Amino acid sequence: MQKEAAIREPLILGDEISYHKITEEVAKPIETRANKYWWIVFTISFLLFMWGIACLAYTIGTGIGVWGSNNGVDWAWDITNFVWWIGIGHAGTLISAVLLLFRQKWRMGINRSAEAMTIFAVMCAAIFVVLHTGRPWLDYWLFPLPNQFGSLWVNFNSPLMWDVFAVSTYFSVSLVFWYIGLIPDFATIRDRAVKPVTKRIYKYLSFGWSGRLKDWQRFEEVSLVLAGLSTPLVFSVHSIVSMDFATSVLPGWHTTIFPPYFVAGAIFSGFAMVLTLVLIMRKVLNLEHYVTIKHVEYMNIIIIVTGTMVGIAYLSELFISWYSGVEYEQYAFLNRATGPYWWAYWSMMTCNVISPQLFWFKKIRTSLIATFILSIVVNIGMWFERFVIIVPTLCRTFLPSTWNMYSPSFVDVGIFIGTIGFFFTCFLIFCRVFPVIAQSELKTIMKSSSEKYKKLSEQGHH
Amino acid sequence: MGNKTKYWKSLGELKDNPEILQTKENEFAEQLPSDIFTNDGVNEASTSRRDFLKFVGFSMGAAALASCEAPVTKTIPYLMKPEEVTPGVANWYASTFDDGHDYCPVLVKTREGRPIKIEGNNLSKITWGGTSARVQGSVLSLYDKARYAGAVIKGAAKSWEDVDRELGTALNGAIASGKSVRVLSSTVMSPSMRSAISEFCRKTGAKHIQYDAVSQYAIRKAHWHTHDKAILPAYQFGNASVIVSFGADFLANWISPVEYAKQYSKNRKVSRENKTMSKHVQFESILSLTGSNADTRVPVKPSDLGANVVALYNELSGQSLPVSGKVNKDAIAKTAGWLRNNKGKSLVVCGVNDVAVQIVVNEINKWLGSYGTTIDADNASNYRQGNDEEFAGLVKDMNEGKVGALIMYRSNPVYTAASMKFADALKKVDVKVSLSTSPDETSALCDFVCPDHHYLESWSDSNPRSGHYSLGQPAIAPLFKTRSAMESFLRWSGNNQDAHTYITNYWMAHVFPMQGKYMKFSEFWNHSLHDGVAEVGTAPVVTEKKEETKKEVKPEEKKEETAPVMTDKWDVAAAAGKIAEVKGGAMELIIYEKTGIGSGNHSNNPWLVEFPDPISKVTWDHYITMNPADMQGKYDTLERQDMIGDIATITVNGVTSTLPVFPQPGQATGTIGIAVGYGRMGIGKVAEIAGGDNAYKYVQMSNTGTMQYFAGTVTISDKTGESFHFACTQQHHTMMGRKMVNETSIGEYINGNPEHWNHKEYLTVFNTEGGHEKVPVTTQNLWDNFDRPGHRWGLAIDLNSCIGCGACVIGCQAENNTATVGKSQIRNVRDMYWLRIDRYYSSPMTEEVAKQEGVGKVDMYLEMEKPHTENPRVVFQPVMCQHCNHAPCETVCPVVATTHGNDGLNQMTYNRCIGTRYCANNCPYKVRRFNWYNLNANYRFEHINPAHESDLLGRMVLNPDVVVRSRGVMEKCSMCIQRIQAGKLKAKLEERKLADGDVQTACAQACPTNAIIFGDLSDKNSMIAKHFADERSYFLLEDVGTLPNVAYLTKVRNVDESEMPKEEHKNKEDKKEEKKEHA
Repeated sequence: MQKEAAIREPLILGDEISYHKITEEVAKPIETRANKYWWIVFTISFLLFMWGIACLAYTIGTGIGVWGSNNGVDWAWDITNFVWWIGIGHAGTLISAVLLLFRQKWRMGINRSAEAMTIFAVMCAAIFVVLHTGRPWLDYWLFPLPNQFGSLWVNFNSPLMWDVFAVSTYFSVSLVFWYIGLIPDFATIRDRAVKPVTKRIYKYLSFGWSGRLKDWQRFEEVSLVLAGLSTPLVFSVHSIVSMDFATSVLPGWHTTIFPPYFVAGAIFSGFAMVLTLVLIMRKVLNLEHYVTIKHVEYMNIIIIVTGTMVGIAYLSELFISWYSGVEYEQYAFLNRATGPYWWAYWSMMTCNVISPQLFWFKKIRTSLIATFILSIVVNIGMWFERFVIIVPTLCRTFLPSTWNMYSPSFVDVGIFIGTIGFFFTCFLIFCRVFPVIAQSELKTIMKSSSEKYKKLSEQGHH
Repeated sequence: MGNKTKYWKSLGELKDNPEILQTKENEFAEQLPSDIFTNDGVNEASTSRRDFLKFVGFSMGAAALASCEAPVTKTIPYLMKPEEVTPGVANWYASTFDDGHDYCPVLVKTREGRPIKIEGNNLSKITWGGTSARVQGSVLSLYDKARYAGAVIKGAAKSWEDVDRELGTALNGAIASGKSVRVLSSTVMSPSMRSAISEFCRKTGAKHIQYDAVSQYAIRKAHWHTHDKAILPAYQFGNASVIVSFGADFLANWISPVEYAKQYSKNRKVSRENKTMSKHVQFESILSLTGSNADTRVPVKPSDLGANVVALYNELSGQSLPVSGKVNKDAIAKTAGWLRNNKGKSLVVCGVNDVAVQIVVNEINKWLGSYGTTIDADNASNYRQGNDEEFAGLVKDMNEGKVGALIMYRSNPVYTAASMKFADALKKVDVKVSLSTSPDETSALCDFVCPDHHYLESWSDSNPRSGHYSLGQPAIAPLFKTRSAMESFLRWSGNNQDAHTYITNYWMAHVFPMQGKYMKFSEFWNHSLHDGVAEVGTAPVVTEKKEETKKEVKPEEKKEETAPVMTDKWDVAAAAGKIAEVKGGAMELIIYEKTGIGSGNHSNNPWLVEFPDPISKVTWDHYITMNPADMQGKYDTLERQDMIGDIATITVNGVTSTLPVFPQPGQATGTIGIAVGYGRMGIGKVAEIAGGDNAYKYVQMSNTGTMQYFAGTVTISDKTGESFHFACTQQHHTMMGRKMVNETSIGEYINGNPEHWNHKEYLTVFNTEGGHEKVPVTTQNLWDNFDRPGHRWGLAIDLNSCIGCGACVIGCQAENNTATVGKSQIRNVRDMYWLRIDRYYSSPMTEEVAKQEGVGKVDMYLEMEKPHTENPRVVFQPVMCQHCNHAPCETVCPVVATTHGNDGLNQMTYNRCIGTRYCANNCPYKVRRFNWYNLNANYRFEHINPAHESDLLGRMVLNPDVVVRSRGVMEKCSMCIQRIQAGKLKAKLEERKLADGDVQTACAQACPTNAIIFGDLSDKNSMIAKHFADERSYFLLEDVGTLPNVAYLTKVRNVDESEMPKEEHKNKEDKKEEKKEHA
């Protein structure tokens, strides 16, 4: 009996797969017209985006008084949404950089779209961080620019300052990394293009890629360097975002556990969002061969791991608050769980700690419907996590006389919905004009030879 | 086409002779003898001809450019500079605030001719520099855009000549028809005004009737019964060791609160040198500001107050007069004990406007020997001269058509006498004249409106107590075509003197002779005008001789007018009989005054309407207060923090009001409280926004002929189903077992270990020997200390003296241009106060109780949120920026907009602020205020914020030394840095060091009880340094490590130790520490 070593399941499924077929299938959405459903979804997203723009214009024109924030709760939906979007923006770079360094080839089916998601999510986050200020037209003061204000400089002690650097660095590196990866694929589209205008556009986009060995060698080197650069950023950005809270004096914020806990949470929510998007994308764009159940399963495993980490962090917080013996700290956490915003806390707990545990069941983690639903649940949970950290904490700080409640205004909701609209608008455009799968990379893992012979030999044997 | 032929001038040139070539380069073959003209070696200068041309060109260009018109910003200097007015330098005038309801000698700060700030006059021996929120806010009513712009006849603007002529004709017509002329006013304490009115009365045969919106006629009448003279005695709270008050809110509203607060606080301050403090017992129905400061407070239904007074009388005198009604026997016995032990050093006051009750109170005071010690009946007060019976008689006459003309001065009876249907009676008067400064319900029904000046525009004088005079001088020329009421009365009586002359003449004739200090009147007058006050011929207490002098002081007419309608004199038994007739019901209604808007005089003043009620902390809204125990199950008791309550309708004798219901712990069960001053019609936009209903319509005549401010039976409907969102600045009412306000009992303060009652936070640290050491948390520092080269400013707040009145809140608002934001913004917790007063109630749940009863943590905290409903202890804590030496706000600002000054102040640079609000989040005290909108230009604040650009008049109140903050920036208490700078500059100009007390913050200045002390902590001998060193001092949240420059002084209550809550929580921590050390 022939003994065969356990080999991994192929990452690309389907019998008819060939290099050409990959090119054909990836290029198809770009080269064909969008269908009715795309237009419907696009229209809805775009309208939401426009509504968000209207709400933003109202905010900028009038003042952030149109939001629900108040004297006690100076940050609310704005920063909740900022942290949420930044968190979502974590998976892309993690997939493309960290998994690249770890030689996780399965990332190739999803890294392009995940990175695109990162870029768009960080843009959404930027909207909040830029416009949450009272005078956004002066936001440039946040940068250490040479100025005529004398020796006036930024405050390098402020975590918000670190935030500015962290987020802008992360965004620019991610953008470059993503774009570099796109170049060979743009070249493929260029080469296939028949319309002169399209050809010209993709010619510029591909930076004159010629496909020479030297091009490929440089491409690989740059990718590796950028992956090396991006990897620490994945961990630094959310650590620094968490320091906005962790370095403050407020009970419930002043917590050393925040940096790792935020990073875990970010990866957790990022993967959930990737799943949400990719599950739709593979269906709509017929990419089931490339984004397989295996991919979904892997991602679900990451969700279990990070979800459990987040859960442990929640429990550690509770334990430490009790162990600290500080009454403010104890009350802050009791208040989260039993105070006026208990529903937010328990939504967070249910969505983030309990729901991902369902993925222990293989049936659930390989079920597309269940994964899709749970991915959305996780993102709802992660939104609540940020909300719970920010609002109930600020609602009840040291002096009970300053305790108050918060409720969002329609503008708060409008801007949030607007960013979701913006995100999907961008992603939908991305699906139609960019190669949504890193085809050039994907082709490197196509098992073109051994699989075929293995199958043949298996057939022959029986 | 080159011509290659070469032309040459000389052979040398042709041959390229170098010498010739060189000469050719030079323009002039020979050196010009320019040195002859200039001796400065021009030729050696490097300026070439080309450079010269450049310079010429540049000069031409510059000259041409200079001749172009540049935008010119014109500032117009004074062509003829008025004396004493220097732009940028404030002028101060002594004046008097007296609106017929409140009295306060003040200093008016004017800038460029505009009054912008009111401060107390330290020279006054009545108020000693104290103020109240209402006094502080009064400057804003000057700039009320709703004010009358001039005289009006039947709705048409008329000139004063026309008014005088037409009114003269109308008055003559009224007199000719055989009807009488009446002058109706609130209390007139101005002797000159009184004289002017009597001139008018003599001329027209009119009668002057005084009537107070919130009357204390019963006190005068009771004194007629018991002392044969209808006086309101002067109370001396400062001489009393035991103060018992029956429903008299003497710290906020009753008669002369600023005066009483000042006196009261004197005996409430404790220190190592002076360890005694007065005992204050309060019997009352609503939880008043005074009651919340009492050591012992007894909630009593309004109809039972009289019975309790009689019971106290019985207990003290040993008599057994009939007592009907519920009496708190235990409290009465205790109170009687305290009083008995302090005979001659005690004072009983009563706010019930009922002659019988006041008679018994007088008898108690007589028994205690208070007259002559704590009550001065010889130098009586002139406040509240209103005569309820005469007023009732006037309404009767009006209804019978006997009154031909009615002139109303500082009186708005259509509103305040709504229960007597005054508006209907007024219709039967032929000639109706109002002298009101701004529109009110009465002036709306008057044919003639002859608007008086605002007090800051007019000359006035005042005589609040025998021997005490004060002068009011205009601080600004009249803004509108108004006329001093005094001049109006004089004109109508054929006297053409102006107010200034008239007052001067009056003082020359009547006041000057009473003093012996100055020989010349001009000298006396100038000094009095400069000081604002004059003390003359005070009668020594309890001496019969000076009685004559006193009679001189009082104009003759007054005696007649205030004499009560004669009846048989009642003795105490008769009085007790009358009291026994008062019947209460299951639910009773109390009508009270708000600390902000008072009797309604300030209902259109945005500062005072938005001013949070010191107890309920509700702004703007008009509501019904009830004890939460009474509300349980019927109405929402606002236990959730959303402040959304229910609306209900109350009915008294068929009269109804529909108002939201607010839970008020401490209010006597079975009572309903409603404030007066709301439901104003047509007086301006602010009052309109405040809304509400007129509570004066429930005022009834008592069986002793006085206005009774409660109703024995009231019914309240179930909730209507509509909900109401309260605009409240404090939504949470208990301290949750935290140490915000330290308090202790007097016994423990004197005998106990300070460590026990002023527990410091400790940290266990390594010491140099390698062991552990417990050190105060304030000595530990994560950061480097700042250099303190010079001053270090600080505030000390004596919680024992603070009565929570809120004068500081409005003082701060006026000084620092903080905006008013309106109902909707307050509902969304966006008030802009730089200084707020936190008010906490005690809760039945403490850690100790939880431990004893085995209550879990979660339930414990939930229970802790609920205050004692029946009778909570109340504490007040003014909180402003604590100016932390290690400020959490400073480290987090990304653009360094908030920084630490080298004089210890945490500074805010508005220009640099971009509004991330991170500082506000990180502030443990939550004192930072964000400009969510452009409060000065956004349409939402158009009628609400006096600093709004649409309100050209309102903006005149702004302090030019303080920038008006724009949208999107953070602001907070600056410790009045503009005042500090001004003080420093003054000292510098005078070439001296800044002395302690030279600079006062607005809050410290406004405080009537000197609870806020400002000063330089670097000066070890300053008041502030002493306060910081006091063993009572502590920092708010000192364990956060912010090292504030604001210290609080532990509150001491004059109660037994057993009445204080056990601070078990701290003991537990100590034990824990001990255990650790053991191990």
